[in-house]
Amino acid sequence: MTEHPPVVILVEDDKHIRRFVRTTLEAEGCQVFEADTVRQGLIESGTRNPNLIILDLGLPDRDGIDFIRDLRGWSEIPIVVLSARTDEKDKIAALDAGADDYLTKPFGVGELLARIRVALRRSDKNASGSASVVEFGTVQLDLANRTVKRNGEPVHLTPIEYRLLNLFVRNPGKVLTHRQILREVWGPSHVESSHYLRIYMRQLRHKLEKNPANPQFILTEIGIGYRLMIE
Amino acid sequence: MYQALFGLQACYFSWSIFPILKTMTNDRPNPDELLERVQREEEKASRGKLKVFFGASAGVGKTYAMLSAARQLRNQGLALVAGVAETHGRAETMALMEGIEVLPMKEIKYRDRLLQEFDLDAALKRHPPLILVDELAHTNIQGSRHPKRWQDVEELLAAGIDVYTTVNVQHLESLNNVVSTITGIRVRETVPDKVFDQADEVVLVDITPDELLQRLHEGKIYLTHQAKSAIDNFFRKGNLIALRELSLRRTADRVDDQMRTYRQERSIERVWQTKENLLVCVGPQPGAEKVIRGASRLASELGVEWHAVYVETPLLQRLPSAERERILHTLQLAHELGAQTTTLAGQDEAETIVGYAHSRNLPKLVIGRDYKSWKPWCRSFSERIGRLSSDLDIIQIVRDPPDKSRKDRQFLQKRQTSPTKQTWPFYAWAVVACAIATLIGALMSPYFELSNIVMIFLLSVVLVGIKYGRGPSVLGAFLSVILFDFFFVPPRYSFAVSDIQYLVTFAVMLMVALVIGQLTANLRYQAQVASHRETRLRALYEMARDLSGVLLPDQIIDISHKFVESTFGVRIAILLADDHDKLHHPAASRYTVPIVDFSIAQWCFDHSEPAGFGTDTLPGSPILYLPLRAPMRTRGILAVKPTTPRLLLIPEQRRQMDGFAALIATALERVHYIQVAQEAMVKMESERLRNSLLSVLSHDLRTPLTSLVGLADSLVRTKPELSPAQLDMAGTIRDQAFRISALANNLLDMARLQAGEVQLNRQWQPLEEVVGSALKARAEQLAKHHVQVYLPHDFPMLEFDAVLIERVLCNLLENSAKYTAPGSEICIEAGIQDGKATISVSDNGPGLPIGSEEAIFEKFTRGEKESATPGVGLGLSICRAIVEAHKGRIWAENLVTGGARFTFTLPLGTPPTLPDLYGEEEST
Repeated sequence: MTEHPPVVILVEDDKHIRRFVRTTLEAEGCQVFEADTVRQGLIESGTRNPNLIILDLGLPDRDGIDFIRDLRGWSEIPIVVLSARTDEKDKIAALDAGADDYLTKPFGVGELLARIRVALRRSDKNASGSASVVEFGTVQLDLANRTVKRNGEPVHLTPIEYRLLNLFVRNPGKVLTHRQILREVWGPSHVESSHYLRIYMRQLRHKLEKNPANPQFILTEIGIGYRLMIE
Repeated sequence: MYQALFGLQACYFSWSIFPILKTMTNDRPNPDELLERVQREEEKASRGKLKVFFGASAGVGKTYAMLSAARQLRNQGLALVAGVAETHGRAETMALMEGIEVLPMKEIKYRDRLLQEFDLDAALKRHPPLILVDELAHTNIQGSRHPKRWQDVEELLAAGIDVYTTVNVQHLESLNNVVSTITGIRVRETVPDKVFDQADEVVLVDITPDELLQRLHEGKIYLTHQAKSAIDNFFRKGNLIALRELSLRRTADRVDDQMRTYRQERSIERVWQTKENLLVCVGPQPGAEKVIRGASRLASELGVEWHAVYVETPLLQRLPSAERERILHTLQLAHELGAQTTTLAGQDEAETIVGYAHSRNLPKLVIGRDYKSWKPWCRSFSERIGRLSSDLDIIQIVRDPPDKSRKDRQFLQKRQTSPTKQTWPFYAWAVVACAIATLIGALMSPYFELSNIVMIFLLSVVLVGIKYGRGPSVLGAFLSVILFDFFFVPPRYSFAVSDIQYLVTFAVMLMVALVIGQLTANLRYQAQVASHRETRLRALYEMARDLSGVLLPDQIIDISHKFVESTFGVRIAILLADDHDKLHHPAASRYTVPIVDFSIAQWCFDHSEPAGFGTDTLPGSPILYLPLRAPMRTRGILAVKPTTPRLLLIPEQRRQMDGFAALIATALERVHYIQVAQEAMVKMESERLRNSLLSVLSHDLRTPLTSLVGLADSLVRTKPELSPAQLDMAGTIRDQAFRISALANNLLDMARLQAGEVQLNRQWQPLEEVVGSALKARAEQLAKHHVQVYLPHDFPMLEFDAVLIERVLCNLLENSAKYTAPGSEICIEAGIQDGKATISVSDNGPGLPIGSEEAIFEKFTRGEKESATPGVGLGLSICRAIVEAHKGRIWAENLVTGGARFTFTLPLGTPPTLPDLYGEEEST
């Protein structure tokens, strides 16, 4: 943790939601600045040097996705999106535009906090640079030597599997959409071949997870993408 | 150069081959015929099979042969039943019956006597694979369903029951008169040839005449009292030889037919069939029955269809009703023998027939031979046809000798009961007309020539002819000549004629009067006939017009009563069928209806065939039952009670009645579909309203719910900590808010699924991803349950919409968690069955209430009514909607080991494989 309290900007038009999110975050030791429009939110983001932005997609003046695109033009600050819509398309659009995570309304405080902690940790890591060995569960990944071990035993990964794992490890906790993964691993011409991705993800899960049907780390965001959860 | 030559040759060759190909196609059965054959075979497959044991006379051992054949099948284990088997108490025959189940006969009371008859209903109910019914030609006792036993057999066959039966050659309809001329005994019990010809198998039971006579002398042949008296006549060797020949020939014909069909079907040799169907002309002359039988035989020998036509000319319409009835019977006979019968109306028989033959392409006419007429100037019918058209073949058949028919005619005339209309006033008016003409003539005679006075008389004859028809006009013609002679021709007031030239005047006057009278009378008659026809057609048209506007079944019934009753002079009742195919009277109408026999009506409805009066089925009933056949299904029954029964027997009238019935049926169907459409419209409208309402509700609920959940959570976390009771309350607020949210989600999903807005985003994916994500999503609810997942390692990828199938799994898991106690086991399994992937979620809880396995998938149903367990029963109906959208099936069942299991299927398909592009070498 940094010495300064983390700064969080909350862009949300409903004042009751603003109120409880603020209370929660302040109880966690964050400094919270509120905005109720995209315009106001962008101003706050530019001036407050935040560690995290919480963004509602349905804002009165402009679409929340515009906000993300605008922000990603000059900043890598993690964004957690709040959505009242259950339609996956909106979430995918927000994630593809550069959001890190999403929460569907209504959500509990516990869930909110969990996501915020992950996102804050990511912003910390970005600042401090990445380690050469990553561990989650019983899996150990040596980025320098390109080796993977599980329970101390070496695990064989194909080049694509390794590239996939590498991508996830570089973005811990972030929801990666099918499109993003395909572009990163296979290249921009294969962004529509999501069933290949599913086959490799299944293989990866079978190699690394204890119970592939109820995975602990490599999680599926149905209809959206995948995320690697590292405690 | 060579190449070019070669190309030319090839070209020539291909051209020369072309006509060969063409002729080859001619040799093959044409597709229509093949289709017809397939249909015929299909029909045959569902129908029972008929096997006929055929013999030349009584005593050849048909029953014995039938029982022996049955015996063999019985020993092979076939549970056959004997419906009727006339053993006549013979020991050897009785012995064969041992061990065969005998169907009890039905007892029918007839004229104070109890008679036994074959019990058709019991046989249909028992539905054995094979039934023995002896004596196909038997006539049933009055009061049975069908007048003839062969009709019972037809119904058995239609019900899919195989039948063994026996027939003697003299009982075949077309051979009936041949046999009677040989033996001198006329048999009344006959079987239509089509029954015999359509039998699947015919076995000829044959013994030599000597052997048969031997058996007769040994008393081995059962004979009734009447037969004993005829014994000497019948069982003469000559007769027996002739009968044997007949039966052998008939069987040979059949075999020949089969052979021809076989060859045709196998295309061994294409027999060129022009299909020159026969047209038989039925006239009023006696002896027409013989012509019909002859034509029937001819048609079956040629293997063609045949039509029987009766032309009703004005002259023929004047025949006494008894003779008309005979013509109808002749037509009926033709119909029974398999002809298509038609009644035509026309001025001249020959012209009408020729026109009909040309329009239907029937180049062969069959007519009865005319006897030498005493009128040498009259051309015979065949000559008239020959003059009209030279391209028609005419086949003449000898009629029965006329003397016998005269007897027939007298017999028929005796039966004629309908009183003829009083005609004497017409004749009186003819006399009056002549008197008036005389009076006018007397007034004119001083000033005019006699030739002008003749005109007055002719005028009176014309007027009488127009007004009163032929008889009075003939009377008028003669009377005019007499009066003219008496009053005007000198010497006046005497019949003597001074000048011989007046005789010419008389003759010409009489001729002119007669001809004019005849012409005008004919004209009048035709006008009458035309107006009758027009009245009925107008009624049909008006009813169609009235029916086209109605919206309620009751209106249709009222209109039908109005038109049918007034047009035909009958009383009718209309019975409508409900959804369970049961007939019932419509709501009270203002018409009095005849009392209807519901069992006949139901039979008529079930078979969709006419029954009752004038039909083959229960003709003893006074009421005719017509099915109201509409394009989609039979809508009900039209019961017609005629006041003058004869009228309904006239084919033309029946056809018109059928026309009315068809109109009523179509109107009923139309009204039915109007109702269906209206109901659908109302349903659609309300569904749409509900859907839009739900969508607004669920969407707008979310924002305040988020605050509610968040604020409740914040309460829990406030410092200083709340008391346990307060904490509990805050927790409850949170849970309830989530419940509302889940409900809103369900409602929205259901609304969208039902509105058909959901487009499946199908992709190939491993099932375990969805299972894992569903388990994660429901982790909170499943925290206190043990969940086991059994997915085969090599389970193939499936193509489905992951979001929706996850929703199905979530709902099923949530459901299991909700209805089982904490600590219960929940098990997710997947497998492959019948080419489909099956995924099931089972638990070891209390299971489903018995009988609710299907109902729980309906909207707003829960396991227990009004229970405290939360959740609106939308979850499962959402599951069903989703699974069905994937062309799968979902069902629930209770496990033998306790607990409930929900299973759904998904189609397998062929999952894509990784192309080489992605194939990689092993990593280091």
